[in-house]
Amino acid sequence: MLDYLYLLPALPGAAFVVLAVLGKRLSQPVAAWVGVAPTAAAAAVTLAIAAECLAAPPRGGSFRQTLWTWLAAENFRVDVAFYLDPLAIVMAATVAVVAVFVLLHAVEYMAGDDGFSRFFAVMNLFVAAMLVLVLADNLLLLYVGWEGVGLCSYLLIGFWKRDPANGRAARKAFLVTRVGDTALLIGIVFLLVHLGTLDIHGLQVAARNAWAPGAACAVLAAAMMLAAAVAKSAQWPMHIWLPDAMAGPTPVSALLHAATMVTAGVYLVARLGVLFTLAPAVQWATAGIGSATMLLGGAAALTQTDLKRALAYSTMSQIGLMFAALGVGAATAAIFHFLTHAVFKSLLFLAAGSVMLAVGHSSDMARMGGLRRSLPRVYVAFLAGAAALAGLPFFSGFFSKEAILAELWSHGDGAHVLWAVGLAGAFLTAWYAFRLVFLVFHGPARVVVAHRPTWVARVPMLSLAALAVLAGWVQWPGVVENGQFVAHFLDASFDRILPSMSLAPEPTPATRWMLLTSATAAAIAGATLAWWTTHRVHARAAEKITQPASLFTRVLRYGVADRAWRAVAFAGLWIGNQLARMQTGRVRWYAATLAAVTVLAVLAAVFL
Amino acid sequence: MDLVFYIASALAVVAALLAVTRAEAAHALVWLVASLLATAAVLFTLGAPFVAAMEVILYAGAVMVLFVFVVMMLDVARPRETNRRLANPRVWLGPATLCAALLILLVFVLSRATGEAGDVTPADVMEITPKRIGVTLFTHYLLAVELAGMLLLAALVGAVHLGRQLRREGRRV
Amino acid sequence: MNILSVVSGHHGLAVAAALFAVGLLGVLTRRNLLFVLLSLEIMLNAAGLAFVAAGALWGQADGQIMFLFILATAAAETAIGLTLLLIVFREKRNLNSDAIADVPHVSSRGVKSNHPFEGDKPVANSQ
Repeated sequence: MLDYLYLLPALPGAAFVVLAVLGKRLSQPVAAWVGVAPTAAAAAVTLAIAAECLAAPPRGGSFRQTLWTWLAAENFRVDVAFYLDPLAIVMAATVAVVAVFVLLHAVEYMAGDDGFSRFFAVMNLFVAAMLVLVLADNLLLLYVGWEGVGLCSYLLIGFWKRDPANGRAARKAFLVTRVGDTALLIGIVFLLVHLGTLDIHGLQVAARNAWAPGAACAVLAAAMMLAAAVAKSAQWPMHIWLPDAMAGPTPVSALLHAATMVTAGVYLVARLGVLFTLAPAVQWATAGIGSATMLLGGAAALTQTDLKRALAYSTMSQIGLMFAALGVGAATAAIFHFLTHAVFKSLLFLAAGSVMLAVGHSSDMARMGGLRRSLPRVYVAFLAGAAALAGLPFFSGFFSKEAILAELWSHGDGAHVLWAVGLAGAFLTAWYAFRLVFLVFHGPARVVVAHRPTWVARVPMLSLAALAVLAGWVQWPGVVENGQFVAHFLDASFDRILPSMSLAPEPTPATRWMLLTSATAAAIAGATLAWWTTHRVHARAAEKITQPASLFTRVLRYGVADRAWRAVAFAGLWIGNQLARMQTGRVRWYAATLAAVTVLAVLAAVFL
Repeated sequence: MDLVFYIASALAVVAALLAVTRAEAAHALVWLVASLLATAAVLFTLGAPFVAAMEVILYAGAVMVLFVFVVMMLDVARPRETNRRLANPRVWLGPATLCAALLILLVFVLSRATGEAGDVTPADVMEITPKRIGVTLFTHYLLAVELAGMLLLAALVGAVHLGRQLRREGRRV
Repeated sequence: MNILSVVSGHHGLAVAAALFAVGLLGVLTRRNLLFVLLSLEIMLNAAGLAFVAAGALWGQADGQIMFLFILATAAAETAIGLTLLLIVFREKRNLNSDAIADVPHVSSRGVKSNHPFEGDKPVANSQ
């Protein structure tokens, strides 16, 4: 089965080619089949491979498939090769499975759209690129996938191209992430120059041999990678593109801007874990940026009146939690949270998509309310997603969040602050998650429901809802002996390359119970507060409560970074205008300038 | 030979200065030809008889004939005011200062830039024969010769094209 | 064949510099395009002279070969330049380089520019 690894990106890629070439000649049902079936097949192959690896791990814990040699110069060789280890399995399986459900839901969501086949073509291209990204054996191939998903993100945000606002949002996303892409390329070239290889595994071994912890080279390389991850994963201060990216169709938001693409940064940092352990300063920066984004995003989500924007800020916040975990070296917990987050956040977006269809293609929460009676199944699905997001006990988010909080606690003295921030984040998360539930599904009904989801939309939603409840049960908190299946599985990926991950002593059972209880209490308190502000308090008063949070929103939207880069652009324009004055069209003036500069240049050359 | 060099040099510079300041285009051309001929003499004293001949034939001959043709075609509405204009120091003082600065700087730099060539005493200055030039030109500089040929071809095509445009417009006017 | 005695290559370079400066003076002061082209010829010639003088200093043929290339360039430049001059004269009935200076897209206050982010306000809350 492992030999079929190449099929993972190849199947969606083939679907993309077919849809792109035949495109409009296919009827919508045919296009839907072509669009969904290959990805479903790829997901089946992924699961089969995962099952095989679970039953009988390949020798050495990893598997490498070389398709062909891409570049070969004297000592420099890049293969088109895939690398399968537990981390890659978890990532690929999550991407493929979530993609199938989202694509299936999109068959209904996009029905009747002019660009139906174009949509599925680009979505399949995205799935292919994302799988290349997570399976890549070397950084150059990873970069191809990285740019590929960026391109698809641009194409899909601006999918409804008639509205110039969508085009602007797409350009914004593309340009902001481009900053990170450039940092990634610089980092890759830097690593190649200093370590002489691009092979991800060999590179990290070489890095550990060549650089001492805290070496300037290691810090620089890790900082470049962090910059790339921050831009791709919409962390502060590069978060500005994500809320606007909600201009794309809702399935796009579910797959790209919640579940998979925006977590590419998490994958990158986890994959290059050794590099980051060699640069403690960058690790602290990772944890700091993650924590800040988690709080700011959570506060911003609390004040949104737009359902999709609220979910976008929530995504930022949750990825911030993953970054905080990565910053303390808890890659296993971060990847586990990625898994549960991919499930429940894509579920929330799909449910939001069904709600939007029901109220007439609007994501304004002023039009929603009281939908639990008219859309009972959507309500159940959304409730499951929100409970998982909030981290209510025994929902999937509970397990992953608890794992991260425990890691934050046990990381050492300074990390208790991170733990407290994480707890505050968990509280905020529960608050805004249930605020959304109550605002959308409770209270008085405002509009007549225009559309009810058919089975095409219901199957993926209810499947994901089931997963959102159950997905966490593979990794029990530390108080349960021998219940950490994901950690054991993933440790094969990290143990081999990472020097002892956590130096802190194992927490005592009492500490573990304390951690578990506090996380649970934060979640329940948040949910209760949400119920209180939406049911018991007048809307005006509720606004007063969230007033400080809206300040954060303003900081986030017109933040320092935004102003800084605008200033750069204006400075460029101003200088250009001043220089344009020199262009008088008078030949003698040009000649005089040339002569004067020549005199100055010769002077400088002679006397300096 | 020494004397020839300095007299020819002085003639070349003075004639060039006069050519640049004349009001009449035809007068300026005559002075320019004089300057180029003097330059040819300078080249000869520098041990470059082949290039001196080229200077006479191509520069003072062919290129200047082009200028003369153009002057005849233009029948230039002669800018009579030029003399008066150039009498005004405001017009030439700035550029003249700039040029003087450049001149001083160049002489300074060239006088310093002896390098290894400083070992060559003036007595060693040798005539470089056309044969040597030809051999070097068509072996070491062959690619550059081809490129120069391309450049001339491009100039030819461009001139023909622009000339056609000129003829069409001439008919229309 | 040591007829060339004591003429220093350095003096040749100085003459070249003087000719170059004179040519530059012409380019900068004259407004008539014909005179500008003429002054350019002086400058090119001076550059060629500098190459030959330097070649003499080193006793190498390369300087003279460079002179030949400069000659080719000058010939091409003259042919095109004079043709353009004739066209300009046909169009404008004038050869004054200041009078025919005319760059339509540039105003005296610089490029008429737009706000770089015109219309690029953040997308409104509802979409």
